[in-house]
Amino acid sequence: MSKRTIIPFGPQHPVLPEPIHLDLVLEDEKVVEAIPKIGFIHRGLERLVEKKDFLDFVYVAERICGICSFIHGLTYCVALEQIMKIEVPPRSQYLRTIWSELSRIHSHLMWLGLIADAFGFESLFMHCWRLRENILDIIEETTGGRVIFGSAKIGGVRKDIAEDKLAEIVAKLGIYEREIREITNVFIKDSSVKHRLVGVGVLTKDEVYKLGAVGPTLRASGVAMDMRKLGYAAYNKINFEPIVETSGDSYSRCQVRIRELFQSIDIIRQCVSKIEEGPIEAAVTGLPNGEFFARTEQPRGEVIYYAKADGTRFLKRLRVRTPTFANLPALIKMLKGCELADVPVLVLTIDPCISCTER
Amino acid sequence: MIEEQKIIKILVGDLPKKSEEFYCGGFRLAQICCAQLDEGWELSYSFDNNFEFVSLRFFVNSIESVIPSISHIYWSSFIYENEIADLFGLKFKDIAIDYKGSFYRTQVKQPFSRPKQKKPEAK
Amino acid sequence: MSFFPMAKTVLKSMFKKPVTRRYPFVVRPYFKNTRGKIKVDINLCSFCGICQKKCPTAAIKVGRNEKKWRIDRLRCIACGYCVDSCPKKCLSMENEYSKPVIDRTKDIY
Repeated sequence: MSKRTIIPFGPQHPVLPEPIHLDLVLEDEKVVEAIPKIGFIHRGLERLVEKKDFLDFVYVAERICGICSFIHGLTYCVALEQIMKIEVPPRSQYLRTIWSELSRIHSHLMWLGLIADAFGFESLFMHCWRLRENILDIIEETTGGRVIFGSAKIGGVRKDIAEDKLAEIVAKLGIYEREIREITNVFIKDSSVKHRLVGVGVLTKDEVYKLGAVGPTLRASGVAMDMRKLGYAAYNKINFEPIVETSGDSYSRCQVRIRELFQSIDIIRQCVSKIEEGPIEAAVTGLPNGEFFARTEQPRGEVIYYAKADGTRFLKRLRVRTPTFANLPALIKMLKGCELADVPVLVLTIDPCISCTER
Repeated sequence: MIEEQKIIKILVGDLPKKSEEFYCGGFRLAQICCAQLDEGWELSYSFDNNFEFVSLRFFVNSIESVIPSISHIYWSSFIYENEIADLFGLKFKDIAIDYKGSFYRTQVKQPFSRPKQKKPEAK
Repeated sequence: MSFFPMAKTVLKSMFKKPVTRRYPFVVRPYFKNTRGKIKVDINLCSFCGICQKKCPTAAIKVGRNEKKWRIDRLRCIACGYCVDSCPKKCLSMENEYSKPVIDRTKDIY
């Protein structure tokens, strides 16, 4: 006779980067159900639009999350530029793309380190984060901050990157690429890593689309959907294809992120070769009036910003639907039927960014 | 972004039927958003299929009205509906997993609900 | 199926110097562009108050009559908005962060 026990997982747990609470209902080491609860870092940022000017709110939007911070600021600017019908100059589009891809590289390197830590491979975790320091140094040289960039602005960007600096960045990325390839080789080929990841948390193509999952979780099961194909910033001038794997387990989610890393380095090379001279900002006049849904691709998936303005300096409503919020139902489905020891690994494969989820 | 974004205005009662049409057409649920205006609450349900973005919009006048849930069609809508119920205080009927107010742990219950400026029209 | 793919990395790190720095004996040099403390040249300041209006966190307070310029270092997010909008160009940004403090005092110039 198997007995049912309820074990609380979180909010404080060594493997979780941010607090989330899951009540796991267990029958003899197999998880039968998982019930999530959130609200530990709710800061009420959506109500702050009523007090802050729409121009000043970029600084708040960037600080919603520490890892995907530039793309939050970028999506807010894209939403307001579409409402106010501002044309952004092409040089700043390319600069925005370069910074977005640098964000993606550092976020995926951080995730690789965390997943190695989740199954106990601490030295691999430290090596991934050592490589991430190099990328953070590039970002600090060009924008001034390691994590919070401070360079998104409605109408363009705040800082420029000189031509020789761009060439230096490409040269450095070439050197780092060799080192990153050595480390990611371990993820792909090592037998202890494979033992923990292959066949764990399988989601079929149909299931994952109907559950509304986004990002690498969706692409690892065979659905080729990448919001960068919409063509915001300079993505409509760059050649790239969404990366898709077909198995749908944790190993393919890991592989999708590793291949996206190398694709980002390639996108930065293409941007630097195609960038044009010109101004980096456009003048902002008037007040916003209207509404728009802005969609971009963060490292974790698709983020939707809904902005509604009514002609005053304060926006009427700003709603941020972050990718981790959309991946939560997929997580609950994955956890049914797995072993208790696999729970930390599965929670980390959807790349939870709870401070985004709870704004 | 040069995509077309359609917004279709409907009534509360049409919501389950329209969501089923979208489900059969291969759309996925993108998000559910609630905005509090002076006269009431405005909800937008957004669906997406291969970059085609459509939203259903309807209006709720009083806090006592009950909105039908679509979690029997789209299972993932339960988190959005629980979040709106916890933050704004609106009521939903027949959610697949109903937390009854304990999904979002905040010290102040229903932090996003504000006292309304004008009284709503009596029906 | 490879044999010990981690072996190459492990052997390399056995023979290289450690990557970590022995802070506080060795301090990391700051980059030229790093956003840091705000510095004011009080002789050029005309106390117009534009920086106070533009600051997103309300860290700057300007007293026009008593000719004082105050900044709360703990509130400043080093965004540089005040530097961009000063008409007399008396504000500038250094490339070192403010040092940690024990109590919350404002800097008055």
